[in-house]
Amino acid sequence: MSFVLVQVIVGGLLLGAVYALFSSGLTLVWGMMNIVNFAHGDFVMLGMYVAYVVYTLMGGGPLLGAPLATLVLATVGVVVYFALIRDIMKGPMLAQILGTFGLALLLRYSVFWWFGANFLSMPQNIVGGTFAVAGLRIEASRLLAGVVAILVTLGLHLLLTRTSLGSKMLAVAEDATAAQLMGIRPDTMQAIAWGIAAGATGLAGALIANFFYIVPTVGETLGIVAFVTVSLGGFGSVPGALVAGLLIGVIESLSGYLIGAVYKDIVVYVLFLLFLWFRPQGLMGKM
Amino acid sequence: MPRLIWLSVVAAIAIAYPLLLSSPFQQRLGALVLLYAIAASAWNIVGGYAGQVSVGHVVFFGCGAYAAMGSYAKFGLSPLFGIPGGIVVAVALAAIIGVPTLRLSGHYFSMATIAVAETMRLIVTNTDWLGAAVGLSGPTVPRNIFDLSFLSSLPYYYLFLAVLVITLLITWWMTNSRMGFYLRAIKDSERAARSLGAPASRTKLYAYMLSAALTSVAGALYAMMFGFVDPESGLGILISVKILIMAALGGAGLLFGPLVGAAILVPLEEISNSWLGGRGAGLTFVLYGAIIVVIARFQPGGLLSLFMRRAKPKTDTGAGHAP
Repeated sequence: MSFVLVQVIVGGLLLGAVYALFSSGLTLVWGMMNIVNFAHGDFVMLGMYVAYVVYTLMGGGPLLGAPLATLVLATVGVVVYFALIRDIMKGPMLAQILGTFGLALLLRYSVFWWFGANFLSMPQNIVGGTFAVAGLRIEASRLLAGVVAILVTLGLHLLLTRTSLGSKMLAVAEDATAAQLMGIRPDTMQAIAWGIAAGATGLAGALIANFFYIVPTVGETLGIVAFVTVSLGGFGSVPGALVAGLLIGVIESLSGYLIGAVYKDIVVYVLFLLFLWFRPQGLMGKM
Repeated sequence: MPRLIWLSVVAAIAIAYPLLLSSPFQQRLGALVLLYAIAASAWNIVGGYAGQVSVGHVVFFGCGAYAAMGSYAKFGLSPLFGIPGGIVVAVALAAIIGVPTLRLSGHYFSMATIAVAETMRLIVTNTDWLGAAVGLSGPTVPRNIFDLSFLSSLPYYYLFLAVLVITLLITWWMTNSRMGFYLRAIKDSERAARSLGAPASRTKLYAYMLSAALTSVAGALYAMMFGFVDPESGLGILISVKILIMAALGGAGLLFGPLVGAAILVPLEEISNSWLGGRGAGLTFVLYGAIIVVIARFQPGGLLSLFMRRAKPKTDTGAGHAP
C-alpha cells in the first residue's frame, strides 16, 4: 500500500518538475514586467506539437524535438513581445488581459484547425520503456522529463542570479528607467526574457509530449497549473516556482490516486482559490 | 436631440429586422445577436463600468441555463420558473464568490474567476443529478405556450429584444445613479475613491451581483432557445470569453458597446460555421483571437470609442459656448 504511495509521489515529483520548468517562464515575465501571459499554457501546447511534428516528419526523438521546440518557441516569444506585449504593457488592464487571451485563442484554434481535435500521442518506444529503480517502476520518458526540467530550472535560476545578463534583467525588473540610465536597454532585456520564458515552455512541452496526451486544448489546463504554481511560489521567484511546481505535481498525483482521477484538477483549482482568497497580501503585486 | 434620433433609428431597425429579413437563418441570427448582447451587456456592468475583468461569467450563465432546464427536467415545471430560480442562485453565488475575489486586484481577479468557472464546470460534469456530461434537456414537445419552446426564432427574437431593452435600461439607470459614479471613480483609481469615502468593496459587490443576475437570465434564455444545456454549452470557458470579447470589441464601459460587438461577432461565427462546417469552428476562434489581439493592440477602448472620439470635440465646444 505505502509502496504504491511512494510510486505515486515519485510520479508526481517528475511531472511537477516539468510544471516548475514552464511556470518559471511565467514567473519570469510576470515578475519582470507585471504582465500575466494568459497564453502561457498554449505555448506549452505549441511545444508539444512541435515535438510531435518533428517526430512524424523526421522520425526524431526528444534529442531532436526538445532543442527544436525550445528554439521555435523562443522565437515565438520574442516575436510576440515585439508585435504585441511591448504595446499592450502600457495600455489599460483590459487590453493586457484581452491581448494575451486573444493570443491564446489564436494559437489554440490554429492548431485545432490544422491538426483537428483528436488526441494524439507519441509512440511508446520513442524514449526507452520502463525500468526499475529500488523496486519502483519508472517510465524512461517521465524520468528524462523530470531530470531535464529540474536541471534547466536550476540553470535558469543561476542565469538570473550569477550572470551579467541576469543582473541586467533583474535591474530592468526593479526599475526600467534607472536601468536605462545605466546603459541597459529595457526593451532588449524584456525581449530576451520573453524568449527565455517561451523557450522554457517549448522545452517543457517537448518533454511531456512523450507521455502526455497531445490535444489543442491542453494549454487551458496547463495554463491554470502555471498560475497556481506562480501564485504559490511567489511571483518572480524561480526557486519558488520549482518548489511549488514539485508540490503541485505531488498533490495532483496523490489526489488523483486517493480521490479519483476526475477530481485531481478540482483539487488544484480549489487550492489555488483558497490561496488567492486567504493569502492575497503576498499576491497583490509590488505594493 | 441627435441622440434621440439615433436611438429611434436603432429601435426601428431592431423591431423591423426579423420582418424584413425573414428567412429562418436570418431570424435565428438576429435572436442570437440579441441574446449575446444581453450577456455582454450584463458583463459590461462589472467588466466595463467597474473595471473588474471577469473571465468566469459563464458560472452565472450556467446558473440560469441549468435552472431553466432543471425546472422542467427535475420538477416538470415550465422553464420560465427557472429564471427567478437562476437569478437567486446566481446572486447568492456572486455574493459568495465576490466577497473574497473582488478584493483581488487586476490580473488576480481574472485568474480567480477562471479558476471558479473551471471548478464549477468540473463539479457539474461529475454530478449525476445535473445530468453529468450529458446535461439536461428541455421540453421536446411544448405542453403549452409557457414552455417557451417554439420552432420559429421569431418569438425568441422579440422576447430577447424585450430583455435586452430592460438590461440596457437597468445599466443606463445604474450609470446615472450614485452607484455609477462610485463605479467610475473606482475604475479610475480604487485607492483615491476609497480615500474620498466611496464604499468601494460594497459597490463592486453590488455591481457583481447585478451583473450575475442579468447574466443568469441570458443563460436561461439561451437554454430555452436551444432546448438543452450541457457542461460545455452552459459552463464552458469559451462562453465567458465570447461574452467578454463582444463587450470589449464594441467598447467596454459604453452602453451600446456590447450590442455593437455582438452584432459583429455573432454573424461572423454563424456564417463561418455554416460555410465551413465542423472545422469552421476552429477557424472562427482563430479569427476571434486575431480580432481581439488587434483590438487590444490598437484600439483598447473598443470600436465605439473610435466613433465617440470623433464626435467628442463638437460636444465639447458646444458645452463651452453654453451660457
